[in-house]
Amino acid sequence: MNTNGGQALIKSLELEGVEVIFGLPGGAILPVYDPILDSPIRHVLVRHEQGAGHMAEGFAHATGRPGVAMVTSGPGATNIVTPLADAYMDSIPMVVITGQVPLASIGTDAFQECDTLGITRGVTKHNELVTRAEDIPMAIRQAFHIATTGRPGPVLVDIPKDIVDPRNPASAMNWNWPTDAEVSSSMPGYKPTTKGHPKKIKEAAALIATARKPIIYAGGGILKARAAEALRELAELTGIPVVTTLMARGAFPDDHELCLGMPGMHGNYTAVTSIQKSDLLIALGSRFDDRVTGKVDSFAPDARIIHVDIDPAELGKVRRADVPIVGDCRLVIEEIIKALNALGGPESRIDITPWRQQVSAWQELYPLVYEQSIDGDLLKPQYVLEQLRDRSPADTIVASGVGQHQMWTSQYWKFNYPYTWVNSGGLGTMGFSIPAAIGAKVGRPDRTVWAVDGDGCFQMTAQELVTAATERIPVKIALLNNAYLGMVRQWQEMFYGERYSEVYLSPDLPDYVKWAEAMGCVALRVESPDEVGPAIDKANEINDRPVVLEFRTDASEKVFPMVSPGTSNDQIDVGPLQNGLGR
Amino acid sequence: MPPKYHVLSVLVENRAGVLARVSALFARRGYNIYSLAVAPTDDERFSRITVVVDVEQAPLEQVVKQLNKLIHVIKISELDPRDSVERELMLVTVKAPAEVRGQIIELVELFEGRIIDVGRDELALSLDEHPERLDDLEELLRPFGIIDLQRTGRVALPKLERS
Ligand SMILES: Cc1ncc(C[n+]2csc(CCOP(=O)(O)OP(=O)(O)O)c2C)c(N)n1
Ligand SMILES: [Mg+2]
Repeated sequence: MNTNGGQALIKSLELEGVEVIFGLPGGAILPVYDPILDSPIRHVLVRHEQGAGHMAEGFAHATGRPGVAMVTSGPGATNIVTPLADAYMDSIPMVVITGQVPLASIGTDAFQECDTLGITRGVTKHNELVTRAEDIPMAIRQAFHIATTGRPGPVLVDIPKDIVDPRNPASAMNWNWPTDAEVSSSMPGYKPTTKGHPKKIKEAAALIATARKPIIYAGGGILKARAAEALRELAELTGIPVVTTLMARGAFPDDHELCLGMPGMHGNYTAVTSIQKSDLLIALGSRFDDRVTGKVDSFAPDARIIHVDIDPAELGKVRRADVPIVGDCRLVIEEIIKALNALGGPESRIDITPWRQQVSAWQELYPLVYEQSIDGDLLKPQYVLEQLRDRSPADTIVASGVGQHQMWTSQYWKFNYPYTWVNSGGLGTMGFSIPAAIGAKVGRPDRTVWAVDGDGCFQMTAQELVTAATERIPVKIALLNNAYLGMVRQWQEMFYGERYSEVYLSPDLPDYVKWAEAMGCVALRVESPDEVGPAIDKANEINDRPVVLEFRTDASEKVFPMVSPGTSNDQIDVGPLQNGLGR
Repeated sequence: MPPKYHVLSVLVENRAGVLARVSALFARRGYNIYSLAVAPTDDERFSRITVVVDVEQAPLEQVVKQLNKLIHVIKISELDPRDSVERELMLVTVKAPAEVRGQIIELVELFEGRIIDVGRDELALSLDEHPERLDDLEELLRPFGIIDLQRTGRVALPKLERS
């Protein structure tokens, strides 16, 4: 016996290339924390395990590499359930290590015991309880393999204390690092399909060549597959306009003439309407989420569908595809490009100029608009975001919380680079932005990282700013303080007859500036439009500690356009400033 | 047997927790599992789960795709009853006082079942047959007074080709 389970676990993480673990120790995981002291792996000590999970997610979003979090049993494990669910919904590669009570105590209601596997089964791509020390290296190899291949996702490895505690004989083991071949043969049921079926690829090319009103509906899968370049090539070859979903912002540059921006419930008029009127929808790594389709029966009623996804379960789940293709987005797009070129030059495809002109006309008629504030009024959130965008480096990474501020950020930011948008799409997790921004900054220390947060969200995970200050992770927070759970307020205003129930938060309780300062941040309160720019410039210059800018914003501002829940995308409400235009 | 039932044969890794993963996907959607039979195959590393569920075709396809995503699931086939051979085992204890005992033994013989235990006023019997034959015998025994009844859930394999 030349090692023990605890050391083997840390060594396995090192061999998997892990640079940083986000975590917080406790009784059951203690033996694994000891060898961390001697490991080159950086450990970021969080203030709440939810923070560790979102940091790991933010790290993965920004780098494409799996994020790693480590927590103790019981409450440590339950505290990280939300990030697991978040990562599962948004297909984020993440490995979470949880401590567990000793094997003999499992199932006895031991101190800090919970059924971690049972609790997390539905919110992980896979989870595993390791019962023998010698199985640890294989379990870690499998976890990273599963998390990062096929449709990425979170994997949890539950480690009983006795198999990692050197004082316990059960932890003694001989080191053995499984080979790639051993890893794949240990999982006979796991073989993701990456190459698209050649016949289907030909069919897709034929549909593309004969479409009059095609749209590319790009989803988060483009980013997961590292397919942004391939997507651009396809769009430029064919001249087909591209919408980028909330999860795909940055997958295709916003400043590209073919980019139509975000579709969906708060998508812009052109992105929503061009999908509705299209005769061919090329869905690439997107999943026909209800926030995109609106009422499914009336979604893109005249469109034929090409649907490319690495996950076979997505094909036909919401909308039957005329050409379903299971495969990796990058590989499939590259094959489709070849198939299109094999058909001939531009003359082999139907001229879509009239469609492009129609799309441009919509863009001209319905740009995103808002009304500037008048003197003495609260700030307009859209104005703050425009200033933030224009005064920060073009490749800034932006994380956001969930609510109105998230939708405005997605709408008003210009995402011209992939992996610059870090947000919680599928689960819609309030409190995501601060820890996710910290994780992103750890992964990309060369980049400016801003978190755009709401006051409600801020109060859920602000404590991680202590982590950021302690660890010298200089993230910047733009807090849009509208004194409300704004998105819920908007629904109550629009759909519940302005009956505001439990959405008011107060603008100055807590005092965000004092709070941020107490957590080791530089903090500024911004109340008038002419202070906005200088405050942002100042924040952008600070690089040795976190900064919080609190912007006092107008609570009556609503996110438009909006497709009301349960209605058709055809009923898109462009908002009071544009109502009646062109109709 | 429910009207819209489907029989799935799921080949899985023979290890802890697999059954929970499989059944959770049905439970999450509120689908009842009508019957379930699990045992190792000829290769000890794998088990076969035969599960009968009462689900419409469209949602079933989605569940099957989700089942396929489980790391420990190797292969899933839906077995159309018309193209498969099916068997189930039933054990029954039935009231059998002297005056009806002969009738019961006759029934069991008719069905080619077996008497497996004999008590003073009771008989225990077994039948392994097509699940519908089990239904029939159960029906016919009921008037005598069934004390205990246990079925295993159906197991099935595809019919062999004959051409
Ligand atoms: C954890 C969690 N709880 C509740 C919700 C429901 N919800 C969605 S947006 C929102 C309000 C968010 O408020 P704030 O952070 O102030 O953002 P704003 O909408 O005001 O920009 C709420 C409560 C949620 N998404 N996540
Ligand atoms: Mg708010």
